[in-house]
Amino acid sequence: MSLRTRTGLFLASGSVLAGLLGWAFAGLPAFGHYHGVYGRALDRVSLGQTHAMSTIASVTFDYRGFDTLGEEFILFASVLGVSLLLREMRERDVDAKRLTERFEPIRATGRIGVPVLFLLGLFVIAHGYLSPGGGFQGGVVVAAAIVLLAIAVDYRAYSGLAPKSAADLVEGVGAGGYVAIGLGGLVAGATFLESFVSRGTIGELASSGTIALLSWSAGIEVAGATVVLASEFFEELLARRR
Amino acid sequence: MSYLPYALAAWLFLVGLYGVVTSRNLIHLVVCLAVVQSSTYVLLLAIGYVEGGTAPIFNGIPLGKKTVDPVVQALTLTDVVVSVTTMALLLAIAVEVHKRTGTLDPDELREVRG
Repeated sequence: MSLRTRTGLFLASGSVLAGLLGWAFAGLPAFGHYHGVYGRALDRVSLGQTHAMSTIASVTFDYRGFDTLGEEFILFASVLGVSLLLREMRERDVDAKRLTERFEPIRATGRIGVPVLFLLGLFVIAHGYLSPGGGFQGGVVVAAAIVLLAIAVDYRAYSGLAPKSAADLVEGVGAGGYVAIGLGGLVAGATFLESFVSRGTIGELASSGTIALLSWSAGIEVAGATVVLASEFFEELLARRR
Repeated sequence: MSYLPYALAAWLFLVGLYGVVTSRNLIHLVVCLAVVQSSTYVLLLAIGYVEGGTAPIFNGIPLGKKTVDPVVQALTLTDVVVSVTTMALLLAIAVEVHKRTGTLDPDELREVRG
């Protein structure tokens, strides 16, 4: 099919789709006037039940904790897929020298940025149930700090700090840790993924029960997964450019 | 004005889809797919918005305060993760395609080679 017929076909079907979308959206309540029943209910009970100040964290890691388990394994499976696709096809060895020559101001900025970002990421994971943030967001920031080391400072320092075998292990520990914390609920006589540790005092760092633990395991998994993904693409780049 | 966010979601969806349909480069196609996916974030967050509501984080705000819907915000978080995973996989496939065929243009990939 030529580009022209394809575009024509899209314009015809796209305008029908646009009409249907417009029709569907016209039936939605006006912007800012929908009151989701579950959201209202959670606003009233979530703080008392979970002792997590951030309702989003209590939804993600408590009320919908089982879904988040699935989400973690979606990420895990996708990283596995990328590794299988790229590793198997890579025949040549990686030449790290290509990514080590840097403009000095970039290198200097990177040296400041890496520790600051890393710390920020840990902070975001640790305070996910007290403020905006959490394991997924913080994990990405931690991984960004490690990847920044490779793209702004020195690739060899990066592969020394985060070798792929270590990143693989970290990712697996994060994903497995989530399941282990869930099973901990069963061992303690509660249900799977039910909080089995003390909920603590609202607002303190040591509060919200397993939400904190699950947030950390998600953070560890996301950081590991992102670093593995970045490493796979880096190595691809280095091996192909030779 | 009150339907503008929904219109934005529909526009993002359609414009991204247009990019996917007419794309001449697989990397560009994956980015267009990301645009399609962002329309779902806009839609979810627009549905959860409550007029005059604050963030659903009870840190220094009274309990009865009106907040935006936390359920759709958590759903958007899931949505972002799923979007990242699909992008990573598709980009890896694009790398493989380029390695095997030497091209990223989907039009040149019409013939299946064994």
